[in-house]
Amino acid sequence: MSDEQKARRELLARKFIEAIPHARALGMDLTEIGDGKATICMDYDDRFVGDPETGVIHGGAVSALMDTCGGAAVMAHPEAPIGTATLSLRIDYMRPATPGDRITATADCYHVTRSVAFVRATAVDGDPSRPVATATGTFTLERPKS
Amino acid sequence: MSRRPEPVQIVKQRRDATLRKLVECVPYMQYLGIEIDRRGDELTGVLPFDEALIGNPMLPALHGGVTAAFLEVTAIMELSWAMVWEDMEAGLVTDHAPRIRLPKTIDFTVDYLRSGLPRDAYARARVNRSGRRYASVHVEAWQDNRSKLFAQATGHFLMPPRDG
Repeated sequence: MSDEQKARRELLARKFIEAIPHARALGMDLTEIGDGKATICMDYDDRFVGDPETGVIHGGAVSALMDTCGGAAVMAHPEAPIGTATLSLRIDYMRPATPGDRITATADCYHVTRSVAFVRATAVDGDPSRPVATATGTFTLERPKS
Repeated sequence: MSRRPEPVQIVKQRRDATLRKLVECVPYMQYLGIEIDRRGDELTGVLPFDEALIGNPMLPALHGGVTAAFLEVTAIMELSWAMVWEDMEAGLVTDHAPRIRLPKTIDFTVDYLRSGLPRDAYARARVNRSGRRYASVHVEAWQDNRSKLFAQATGHFLMPPRDG
């Protein structure tokens, strides 16, 4: 694939994320995209807290981040899908995210069939050596009509 | 002679106050606008539609992450509600009682059945197994028709340590 094609695909994937109202509401920031991989960050916010006693971010906010990142990875796949939707998403919460830390999710669309994309994702906080959560998901893959 | 039943207003006030305590534990519920409706001991999560909850502006459809959060919150509320029920009915949940500690999510698996429409959503959870340390909860969400689910999920939770 030419550099120009690649740049166009990355722009498309970026636009796809930026057009999602809920991703904007949570302040998600797409920092890396390309070749079936995506990285999205989300800043700490008091409104996203699950338990005020500990100040830990709610699992639901991490789910939203993982889901968006998974979708972005699918859109950035070399097969160049024109759309995607989540079929299933499983999240394992390994430890509470450190309050105040920005959360970074990285997703890898490691396999696609004609109509299904398979994704793995990991979320880390300020200490990238100990992931906060991991996820596996399946997504629909819409191809342009040929 | 048997005791007279408690006046209905006292019972309602006690249960609604406890439920409010549980909901107030979670700022993220307020952020998403999730409310919990109670009929006796049955809880229903209610997610009023809002533009900020959209994930696909073309369709438009609810964001998968919003759906996941809605299901997870409803599951945690149902589990916590079952956990505090006895203490609540015994009058032990008061303003002076220690804060209620919520179960923690170990894993959560969401099954997206159809896209979430831009309108209100409802969810109900069922505790399939609740032990001293772990619990397994199933939760279903629908919009217009109760029998047409748009998502369901199963999660495992770590129960807060119980005193004594």
